[in-house]
Amino acid sequence: MLRVERSDIREIRTSEDVVAVRQAVRREAVAVGFNLVDQTKIVTASSELARNTLDYGGGGTVAIETVLNGVRCGVRLIFEDQGPGIANIELALKDGFSSGSGMGLGLGGAKRLSHEFEIESETGKGTRVSIVRWKG
Amino acid sequence: MDRIPILKMGEYLLVTIQADMHDRLAMTLQDDLTEQIVKHRARGVLIDISALEMVDSFIGRMLGNIAGMARLLDAETVVVGMQPSVAITLVELGLSLKGIRTALDVEKGMEGLRLALGNGNAAG
Repeated sequence: MLRVERSDIREIRTSEDVVAVRQAVRREAVAVGFNLVDQTKIVTASSELARNTLDYGGGGTVAIETVLNGVRCGVRLIFEDQGPGIANIELALKDGFSSGSGMGLGLGGAKRLSHEFEIESETGKGTRVSIVRWKG
Repeated sequence: MDRIPILKMGEYLLVTIQADMHDRLAMTLQDDLTEQIVKHRARGVLIDISALEMVDSFIGRMLGNIAGMARLLDAETVVVGMQPSVAITLVELGLSLKGIRTALDVEKGMEGLRLALGNGNAAG
């Protein structure tokens, strides 16, 4: 059973907010006791997903959480927006797929940098992406 | 508006990227650098990313763009000081920064630029 120990919800409206999300995720990862490589991985994943929320979702929120599952502890990030949604999630997860400014590595890259990855999206309603990285 | 300072040293331009660079700042740097390369007839660009605690696909793309545009303007680019944790993460992200010359530190980067520009024996 997953238990949420701590949760902090932040707005993503500007590119400065994306930087603030990275910093907040870094603090959370340090607090949980991640080593430097694990910190860097979750911070990088958060940057990709926060930018997606801003650029494609038209802004939204992220919940930054400390989660416990038995003896394991980790960081969970839930990004939500009320944007246009993703018509073809499978395609959006493919490397090289990009409808905007990145390299098309955003979603797929964030997935590779996480231990758990879930995405729900509905056209016209928005997108919700949840990732977990467990402490190594 | 914020800008990342670009220093001129002989025929080289030096840029140190701060830790918390947001996307607009990165775009501005790209534009500023291309302008400065032409203005100063620079032959080499050295970008120090040792303060960066992460490089995501956007920053990766920016570095690639800078190297590509510089090359078209007859200048070589070298990216120096990447932290090991950043390199590990970049590869897992799927980004190997192909086509970008890298070096471990500023000194090695300058050496690489001199060699690339064919004046490896020149003083200073």
